[in-house]
Amino acid sequence: MFVFRSVELVPEEPEDMWHAYNLVAVGDTLRSTTIRKVQTESATGSVSVNKVRTTLCIQVETIDFDTQGCVLRVKGRNIQENQYVKMGAYHTLDLELNRKFALGKHEWDSVALDRIDMACDPTQHADLAAVIMQEGLAHVCLITPNMTLLRAKIETTIPRKRKGMCAQHDKGLTKFYDQIIQAVLRHVNFDIVKCVLIASPGFVKDQFAEYMFTMAVKMDWKILTDNKSKFVLVHSSSGFKHSLKEVLQDPSLAPKLADTKALTEVKALDEFYQMLMNDADRASYGVKHVEKAVDLQAVEVLLISDELFRSQDVQKRKRYIKIVDGVKENGGEVRIFSSLHVSGEQLGQLSGVAAILRFPIHDDDDDSEEEG
Amino acid sequence: MKEEYDKRLAEKDQLNMVVIGHVDAGKSTLMGHLLYQLGEINQRIMHKYEQESKKLGKGSFAFAWVLDETEEERARGVTMDIAQSRFETPKKVITLLDAPGHKDFIPNMITGTAQADVAILVVNATKGEFETGFELGGQTREHAILARSLGVTQLIVAVNKMDTIDWLETRYNDITKKLGQFLKQVGYKENDISFIPCSGLSGVNLTGRIPEPKLESWYKGSTLEEQIDKFKVVTRSIDKPFRLCVGDIFKGMGSGFSVTGRIVTGSVQPGDRLLVLPSGDSVAVKGLAINDVSYPCAFAGDHVTVTITGMDMNNIHVGSMLCDPTSPLKSATRIKAKIVLFNVEIPITKGFMVVFHYQSITEPAVIKRLNSQLNKSTGEVIKNKPKCLVKNMSAVVELEFDRPICLELYKDYKDLGRFMLRYSGHTIAAGLVEEVLKSKSKTDEGVSSSG
Repeated sequence: MFVFRSVELVPEEPEDMWHAYNLVAVGDTLRSTTIRKVQTESATGSVSVNKVRTTLCIQVETIDFDTQGCVLRVKGRNIQENQYVKMGAYHTLDLELNRKFALGKHEWDSVALDRIDMACDPTQHADLAAVIMQEGLAHVCLITPNMTLLRAKIETTIPRKRKGMCAQHDKGLTKFYDQIIQAVLRHVNFDIVKCVLIASPGFVKDQFAEYMFTMAVKMDWKILTDNKSKFVLVHSSSGFKHSLKEVLQDPSLAPKLADTKALTEVKALDEFYQMLMNDADRASYGVKHVEKAVDLQAVEVLLISDELFRSQDVQKRKRYIKIVDGVKENGGEVRIFSSLHVSGEQLGQLSGVAAILRFPIHDDDDDSEEEG
Repeated sequence: MKEEYDKRLAEKDQLNMVVIGHVDAGKSTLMGHLLYQLGEINQRIMHKYEQESKKLGKGSFAFAWVLDETEEERARGVTMDIAQSRFETPKKVITLLDAPGHKDFIPNMITGTAQADVAILVVNATKGEFETGFELGGQTREHAILARSLGVTQLIVAVNKMDTIDWLETRYNDITKKLGQFLKQVGYKENDISFIPCSGLSGVNLTGRIPEPKLESWYKGSTLEEQIDKFKVVTRSIDKPFRLCVGDIFKGMGSGFSVTGRIVTGSVQPGDRLLVLPSGDSVAVKGLAINDVSYPCAFAGDHVTVTITGMDMNNIHVGSMLCDPTSPLKSATRIKAKIVLFNVEIPITKGFMVVFHYQSITEPAVIKRLNSQLNKSTGEVIKNKPKCLVKNMSAVVELEFDRPICLELYKDYKDLGRFMLRYSGHTIAAGLVEEVLKSKSKTDEGVSSSG
């Protein structure tokens, strides 16, 4: 019989749901209050269905995270019978904000403990919103310390300019801008967001900002005119989401963004690529290669995506934990990337784990690494 | 159909010409002035442009206004999107595509160049300016490489703004020597490159109407117009199935709506039924127009406006393809391609997110796998599954897109098998489509995107 040691947690903001998602693993136990439909049969045989609020404890089987609504949904079998729910009955727990839940694991590894520390860290970071655009394409994103959430993607066809027929082009453009403004109004909460980035190649951003503020005055959108100072225009090379990476690195933003997780991740990944350029033997990626480097105590900085720790396979998870612990033991630095940020997405594509090494290790030609 | 084409051949040769070069090299002004001297723009309009541009304090931009039509472009004095125009020389009918030079608009420039057969590279002869454009990261360099990679083989280099350096022969020779060497390196053949000294603002040596003693003392070569006339004729593949890449969609007169683009292969007539990809709609051709004049048929190489009916305008996008329903294009979310890296600063690994430029499409793509590194000249495999690719390497890689893209293999359709890869504002590689692969299911990549 396993011994489950449990921790009680209260998620206070959507961000905490993300942390919870990274903590809960298959096989853990989870106790929380929930609403359950209960059928009762009276003595006469008539059936009535009631909804009751009750506390249930389940053994986790599947975990779903909805990035749009920041909702965590956990399904599993009941392991503590009570008056309403039988032992072994399936139930899906929706974790709610400000409602306590208890998570039990029979083994708390270092990564899970770090995650709790991080989640409990009360220092507030800047919340950002970003509009990344080019003519005909715009992405409206929210950036929190651990998540980049795509709130709206706007794609329209704008007729090109042609001899004597600029009208359609201009009309298409205003329609496009109107859609972006609507998305900004709907998705950006100016009470929380400290800064709104507008990024684009060329003059699209200037044109858009100008249009937005004249419209704001015309239509009396107080919320935009009041927060005018929060908008910052930055250059980006395209309107695709991955351009966010360059935007965050823009030196003019440095003071506003100082030390947000998104930025440090981008920087770390950049350092890795620099190293790969200058001295390819001092940078390695792929689980096997990194493991080898850890064995040789060569890892200086480890970049690893949190996606790997969510693996359903306990053995796999243990393998990654071993890498992390190995690096820490030898005084190396461990950077855990959020797979929701653009940089984390890229790291995820790069097998999820990469390392900058202290000394060069030459890779043999047994490059039989399989794609993850 | 064949008869019509023979009739067409008997007329003047058709050529699509793109004008490229570093920002502020004077591309639009040069072409605007050329159009004016050739009588394509009437005096009254030119006079109006002169007056209006003077009012804005930008008198020197009057000729550029011929091609830069949006307010934004005029106010800023920068070309932002491809402008299209048309003119005739004694032996040729030229469709002119004026590309933007600013580095932020290179996607537009790629779209334009993908449609061109030949190019004029405009360089600024002014002291310091030529050097800025030519240095690493300058657009003279990047544009020249891009044009070559996109299949342009013939090039005229217009050494512009010669008036600002007093028509100095030494400076001209200096520039031609430096550029000539570079262009040969990039892969242009020596006898396909020619150099013309000229001035777009004063109009000297465009068509030869304005005499300039300082130039005539040492230059006896042809004018820009004469040189354009000397371009070699390009053979078109009209026998292949019809393909047109949509560059623009707009509501025209009458029923249906219009799309424009260059016919890459094949031919089309009103009444034909075509397939629109990737949406899969079947449409009927209502009308064809080239340069606002309607034609009974159109062939490969023509820039044509096709009026179509039978589908919702919202389902067709820039980059969609019109094709022959009996032999549709391939649709792919994952391809294998041969790429040649340019002078890139950071190494390329798998998982690299790039922007894929193909015809008029720009789509995000991910390099999923580095298959092998190739020897640049022989094409032999040097190393399988390299760890990373650095500058000037040649390699076979696999690319994956978010949504299906219609394309063709390089070996079947040369023009439709070429693409460019860009990353954070730099062109990092040119590529050829080798094979369309089945996409692997998205699920094994984990939950990496937020939908």
